[in-house]
This record gives sequence, structure tokens and C-alpha cells, in this order.
Amino acid sequence: MKADYFKVIRGGLNSTFQDQGRKNLYHIGIPFSGVMDKRNYLIANKLIDNNEHDPTLEFAIQGPCLKYFGNKRKIVITGEVNFNLIRDESNKEKGECYKTTEINNGDIIDIISTNKSVYGYFCVSGGFKLNKVWGSFSTTSRANVGPNNGTKLTDAQEIALNTCKSISNRQLNFVNSKIEFIRVIKGTNIGYFSKDSINNFFSKEFEVTKLTDRMGMRLKGFKLNNIKNTNIKSEGLVKGTIQVPADGNPIILLSDHGTIGGYPKFGVIISADYDKLVQIPPGSKIKFKEIELKDAENLYKLYDIETNNIINKIL
Amino acid sequence: MIKNIVNLGDAAAYCDFGEEVSKEINLEVIKYFRTLKDKNLKGVTNLAPSYNKLIVTFNLSETTFFDIKNRILNLDVKDKNKEESSKISIPICCEEQYSLDIERLEKKFNKSKNEIIKIFINKSYFCYMTGFVAGMPFLGDIDKKIQLNRLETPRVKVPKGSVGLTEQFCNIYTFESPGGWNIIGNTPLNIFNPIDEKKPNLINPGDEVTFFEIDKKDYKKFYES
Repeated sequence: MKADYFKVIRGGLNSTFQDQGRKNLYHIGIPFSGVMDKRNYLIANKLIDNNEHDPTLEFAIQGPCLKYFGNKRKIVITGEVNFNLIRDESNKEKGECYKTTEINNGDIIDIISTNKSVYGYFCVSGGFKLNKVWGSFSTTSRANVGPNNGTKLTDAQEIALNTCKSISNRQLNFVNSKIEFIRVIKGTNIGYFSKDSINNFFSKEFEVTKLTDRMGMRLKGFKLNNIKNTNIKSEGLVKGTIQVPADGNPIILLSDHGTIGGYPKFGVIISADYDKLVQIPPGSKIKFKEIELKDAENLYKLYDIETNNIINKIL
Repeated sequence: MIKNIVNLGDAAAYCDFGEEVSKEINLEVIKYFRTLKDKNLKGVTNLAPSYNKLIVTFNLSETTFFDIKNRILNLDVKDKNKEESSKISIPICCEEQYSLDIERLEKKFNKSKNEIIKIFINKSYFCYMTGFVAGMPFLGDIDKKIQLNRLETPRVKVPKGSVGLTEQFCNIYTFESPGGWNIIGNTPLNIFNPIDEKKPNLINPGDEVTFFEIDKKDYKKFYES
């Protein structure tokens, strides 16, 4: 007998399988990848009683539409997401995030869009039936590395599932916190920019442009004036790096970034603010605040504790 | 030797080996890279070696910049470059359909196509680093007689296998991707193989690479095998 599966009616804009990322491959040109919003990923896996390293289906803005074939089991979606469940081909129910819902053979889950945010997470009880590639379930679609042949979900494909296990219903009252400022540690090439540019960067608003994806976020606003050299000798990059090409518009590198680059590094987003940064949708405004390493480390500890507290609330 | 280690954000150590780009400095970088890779320090998530820098990223839940910096400074660095480097020979086809920027090169250097290819082929190249896109090798140094800048307007799509020149370096595009290097030819060899988990990169930092010229017919044969 064929195992339970989803049939993909619509793949969505950028739906990929992800986990916590792939280590130790920067040197051959493969980025860390992994989920963009780790907290929402961990919550989804906990609600559905999966392991904290199990794969999730991450989607961006427009999600997938999936038809289910198999025995009854549960699903959960986290993030700020509008989705519908269509039962018996016609009965439309509005979906609720952070709450497990039962699905039956023939049900359709239509993930319409994220709401004032970018990424959402879809998990299923029992989990997706995937194989790890290089020690991870993360997909780097640009290098065709990862499960699903290293590609995004495509229309008409199928997604195989593990044997379902029965779990009790779970729910979490959770509100994604918004942040007024994204905090930044000055980068190794901050000295390439004029004093005015540095002051403006930490006081003026920038707009997130449409040229934003899992690789990077392009910003528009005050142009940063490079007074030294618009190129550096190509060197490694890390996620959260703010690099500034010759046109003066900053680009923030995200989880699927190229591993080597030759643009000056203006700063780096602190780890504690990364989840919030990636959820800022194109068209929104963003403000930055400079902070020191010690404070960033303390903020990360708090973020870690807070995440654990949220997860531990789910029984 | 490492000149300085500073933090790059809160979860990476940026090791600076100096400003210039030379094989000597790069070999130092690779020495540290290989030692750290073998040591597999707790909390370290990635190593990104380049011409003259080495970036060590770590999991902030497990360690801190201060700790990682100290461990790098106290590292017993082993030179295994000789044992771990290999010599690789790469076929390249420079016929018209593959040699996209040859006219630009001919004009710039006032040399014939054959002369330019001869100068390019007659040298062994050192792999400084791999990356940007998966498996792309940065090789050097090319002869001063054929060094030139990047294209002013980068191509939106450079075909897979293209061999490009910029300044003292050449590279090989392992995927079709945007790019601004001057394309002299194309190799049918698969330089990056995502299926091979043990050795996905044909060319690794520290390797010596030579090119040999093939014609269109041979290109097809290589490609099919």
C-alpha cells in the first residue's frame, strides 16, 4: 500500500524543506541555509510533537496548496498566516495558526498568504519522509543541495509522509513580537564610510525592497557614501552581514547567501534580532541601532531563554 | 601568521592575515583552516577561508567570541598542505561558442586568440579558495600579459562550465549564474557534484590546476562521459 502523502496543487512562491541548517560547508561554497525564523520553526515542531531537528515546510508570502491522501492525522501552521482547510471538496474552514488541526483523506490545505510578515511553517504529525543531505534536511535551491532534489516545491509533485502517530490537540497563545529597531554591530569595513553616512544609517529609516529573498534583503533609502574603496579583496561572509556595493544601497545577507563576496562590510545584524528581521516584508520601513558585542551576547542569552520558555509552555 | 582577530557580528571571528594577496599568505590561511577543520572545536559551525582572511562562525548558544579567539590564538597549527593538496588537469574548449569575451581580450591586449590561449594554458594555477557559488574555484595567478578588469556590466547569465578571467585570477562557473568575469572558454567537466557527499568539489583550496585545450568534438565526448 502506498504511504500517506500530499499532492501539491500549488507550490507557492518559495516553499522549501528546512531544518536548523547545514554546518561545515562554507569552505566549498554552500551556505548554512536552514529556517529563516527559528523560533516559529521550533514552536511548530513542538506543537506537533516532532523532534526539534525534524524538517518543516517553510513558505514565503504565498504558501502552497496541498491535498492530503491517507489516514487521519494532524497538522499545524506557525507564523502570521491566512490559510483555509477545504473538507469534502467544498466545506471551507478558516485555519488557525499555533493550533493543531485534524485532516482526513481528501482534505485540502490552502496556505493563501502570510500577513504583514514573510515566512510561515507547516508541520505534520509523524513528519515528512525525507532523507538528510550532508547531515541536514535544509534545502539550498541555488546549489540544488538538500531534500526534494535540492529544489523548491513544484506544482503536481507529491510529498511522502512517515507513518502517522496519534497526538493530542495542542494550542499556544502566541503573538509574534514586533521590534522598533534592528540592532547592529559595526562591521570590519565601517571605516570605509563617511561619518555622515554612519550617523544617517543609525538614525534614518530604510525601506525593504521587493528584491528580497532567502539570499538577501536589499534596502533603499539614504545612500551610504564610501570614501575609501567600493571593493575589498573577496572574503568570507556570514548571515546578517550588511554589505554595501558601489551604488550605496545596503544589502543584508540572509541564510542562503553566497559564501564569498567583495563588497565592504558595514555591519552585522545581531543574532537575537535575526528572526524578527527576516519577517519584515517588502515595502516596510526598518530602523537600525548600533550596539556593542557584550550587549548583543546578553540579548542572545535572553532570546534563547525566552524561546525555551515558550517551547516549555507547550505540554 | 594571523595579524589580528576581531569579531564579525556576535557569532563569528574574523582572522586577518594581512592586506596583500599572495600564495604565501593564502597557504597560511589554508594551514589554519585545515587545522581547525581537524580539531572540530565545540560550537564552531563553519569555516570560510579566502585569499588572506579566515572567518570562523560559531553557535552563540554554545560558545562566545572571546573563547573562540583564545582557542584560535593557542592553536597548534600543523602544516599538512603538502599531503592534502592534489594536482588537477582541466580540459577547456575555446572555440567560438564558448569563448564569449575573446574579442574583448584580443582588442585589449592586441594579441591573437591563439596567443592569448597559449599564454593562459602555459601556466599552472593555485587554488586560493572555493565559494561564492558552490564549488567555484578562485585560481591564480594568471600571466600579467592577460590581466584585465571585470566586465563593466555583468552578464545576467554565465553558462555553467565557463572559465573566466579577472585581474590576476581565473575561475570556473560551477552553475549558470550572473557574473562579470571575462569568459575565455568552457570546460565539460563537472567541477561540483552535489551527489558526492565526501568530495563534492573537484578543486579544493591549496590544489594545483592546469588546463589543456580540447576541440568541440572532444568537448562532447567529455561531457557525455
